[in-house]
Amino acid sequence: MTNNLPLSNLRVIDFGTAWAAPMATQLLADYGAEVIKVETRTRLDGLRLGRPMIGEDLAGGDRGLWPELQPVFHGINRNKLSITVDMKTLEGIKIVKDLISQSDVVVNNYSPGVLDRLGLDYESLKEVKPDIILISMPAVGDVGPMKDVLAYAPIIQALSGLMSLVGYDEDEQLVGELQAPWSDVVAAVHASLAILSAVIYRNNTGRGQYVEVSQLEATTSMLGLGFLQTQIHGSSPVPTGNKDLYSPNNNYRCFGDDQWISISIQNDNQWSSFKKIVGNVDWIEDIKFSTNDYRIENIVELDQNISEWAGNMNRDELVESLQGLGVPSMAVMNIEDQFIDPHWQDREAYAEIEHPHVGIEWIYGMPWLLSETPGSVRTPAPSLGQHNEYIYHDLLGLDMDYIAHLIATEVIN
Amino acid sequence: MLGGSLEGIKVIELAEGVSGPYCARLLSQMGAEVIKIEYPGRGDVSRSQGPFTDQFEDLDKSGAFLFANYNKKGITLDVTNPEGRAILLRLLQEADILIENQTSEFLKNASLRYEDLKQEFPSLIVTSISPYGRTGPYKDYQGSDLTSNAFSGLSFGTGHESREPLTTPLSQAGVLAGVGAAFATLMAVLSKSMTGVGQLVDVSESQVIGVLLTGYHLPTYIYRGVAGWRSGNRMRLGLFPNCVLPCKDGYICIDAPQMEQYQRFLDLLDDREWMENPRYRNRRAMSDEYPEEAESLIAPWFMQRTKEEILEICIENRIPCVPVKKFDEVMKDEQLIGRNFFEPIKEPDGQVFTHPGHPFRMSETPLDVKRPAPTLGQDNEDIFLGRLRLEADEFRRLQRDNVI
Repeated sequence: MTNNLPLSNLRVIDFGTAWAAPMATQLLADYGAEVIKVETRTRLDGLRLGRPMIGEDLAGGDRGLWPELQPVFHGINRNKLSITVDMKTLEGIKIVKDLISQSDVVVNNYSPGVLDRLGLDYESLKEVKPDIILISMPAVGDVGPMKDVLAYAPIIQALSGLMSLVGYDEDEQLVGELQAPWSDVVAAVHASLAILSAVIYRNNTGRGQYVEVSQLEATTSMLGLGFLQTQIHGSSPVPTGNKDLYSPNNNYRCFGDDQWISISIQNDNQWSSFKKIVGNVDWIEDIKFSTNDYRIENIVELDQNISEWAGNMNRDELVESLQGLGVPSMAVMNIEDQFIDPHWQDREAYAEIEHPHVGIEWIYGMPWLLSETPGSVRTPAPSLGQHNEYIYHDLLGLDMDYIAHLIATEVIN
Repeated sequence: MLGGSLEGIKVIELAEGVSGPYCARLLSQMGAEVIKIEYPGRGDVSRSQGPFTDQFEDLDKSGAFLFANYNKKGITLDVTNPEGRAILLRLLQEADILIENQTSEFLKNASLRYEDLKQEFPSLIVTSISPYGRTGPYKDYQGSDLTSNAFSGLSFGTGHESREPLTTPLSQAGVLAGVGAAFATLMAVLSKSMTGVGQLVDVSESQVIGVLLTGYHLPTYIYRGVAGWRSGNRMRLGLFPNCVLPCKDGYICIDAPQMEQYQRFLDLLDDREWMENPRYRNRRAMSDEYPEEAESLIAPWFMQRTKEEILEICIENRIPCVPVKKFDEVMKDEQLIGRNFFEPIKEPDGQVFTHPGHPFRMSETPLDVKRPAPTLGQDNEDIFLGRLRLEADEFRRLQRDNVI
């Protein structure tokens, strides 16, 4: 074990594209796994494509430098190696299998059936590496009537039930969207968990296995309370905005442009403290707000009163005084608030890294902190084929003449 | 059947609510033994939250509790009492992992912070889940699922521009923190198998989401100066169409970024007049500059059709567009039913409730449900008398003194 990176003996072959699978392997790479991203120049990871946010004036488009200039790709693919190989050729498939024979884990989020067509299904991989761990991350499943549905994160969220509850009220038009790829991240975290679980089992028994992470099933698995509500009440739950079992529990507008504070009062002690902060206004001692049951009953009026009161206040000062008396509250932050916030900085939520084409750039950092094996952001996302020589020559031992032949015949492209 | 991948791993759970219990439940489904410790008399806070499977508010019949706690053994113990704390330490002697999500004030008062345990239990993994994390300026702040969503950045983008930001439903911040904590805990298990040394796994509910889910907005902020937005029923900064719209009997969600997908959709609509208008060929502008106008062109097609009709047509034509399913519809979903996704669990009172099934499928070490959530103190005798070999007299005295 070097540098406290507990996965430094783990080699992962990553056929992932876009979000879910690449993020799953990134979570492993952060802890030292050697993640080798396999791409084909004619079929790039989708996140490399399109007009980049930076340096778009640099010539070349998707066939030129654009694939190296995508900052979102840079976050999800840091700490990885990249090789290019054309898997539509027999030589390409042979090379990939040779590589897998020296690897521990293979991850893909291809559509169902693609691995079989490439001859890289679990049975075939077991022949080259008996204890291989293979992870597939299909949208809804390897099999089933909807296995071929085209799905991005919002589509999965719609099918899972989650989306049906994102809204202000049953009688208003549904909001539904989260402005963030929820189910991709959900699938990524579950897949990385499943991989560690399989690695622990393999280390103990010498046996590999096949793991299927349906993005729909992972997303749906987290919604158990909604299914119990449906069975107990005899009908599906409906959107209720920010309402919870206690009140006040809402986001209130503060002074300034789109500034909001969340206040969440869960017991009578917190309500007493809240009253001290609010101070001398006529509604605060009103009997109809004196217990949680009364506050729930009169929630519209209570929220209106708090909104009027908070509307003139500075958000951050208010959080400080509420938390000073133990009242759960927090700024409703956007990415700028987070980026400059001392707490996020202290916990290294964002990392600075030097990218060969972009220079210094900021990407997201570590989602959790381990005291002995903290993991780290060490190297920027790889350029396309950046590690071809290391993998083909140093690792697989192919001689340079043969590599030149593979390049000339575009097997390595 | 084969054992789970975590067979032989022992977990003590001193957690309540969502995040910690959900993390421990995942580990138990992979074969770890989880002993859940609850406060005598009232138990885990989610026991009081319902909805109740009975007409009475029975602590053993709260839906919020049943979902996050199946598969575990349950005991009651007041760890703030010195005798109770001593018993906890005896349990920790045998344990690999402690999972807790208590407030920092509670941990300090009970001397159960990681630094209080590390010396006596150098190989123990302590997974500590909290709203903000155990370090940093806000480590002692109070929180809730609402504030975790707010701090994470997810709320800021959810809802209408002119209205209050919305939190996620069904405590999803806590659940996702639980999943992430399970991953981070297994990282510590792997590390311990090499070094013999335990560690503190510090999981902030808001940081899991703030890093993995909203951290990707960083480039938008840095390179375009856009720090955040709410955009109601549509995704902004993308390609039209990516939105949620009403149909004849509910809502649909369409997200068709690839040109061929969009073209196939336009072929269905077959309205030459507006399709040839240059204003409706710039999909970025349609998404970000005049989305309402753009949506008004496609909305009638949906309003004339039911969810099922739309799904059938869109699957046939390979267009990413599906119904927004309500929970009763998800429970009848052919895809999920056909794969035996849902899991019936029989409660101690004989009632059977259907839970969503395993988050993933492992061929050699399938996840498992062995038993329903424990009733309060269900395994007290087994653990205290059987495993810790307390004398019967002492056991009764501790019960009387409300330590157990």
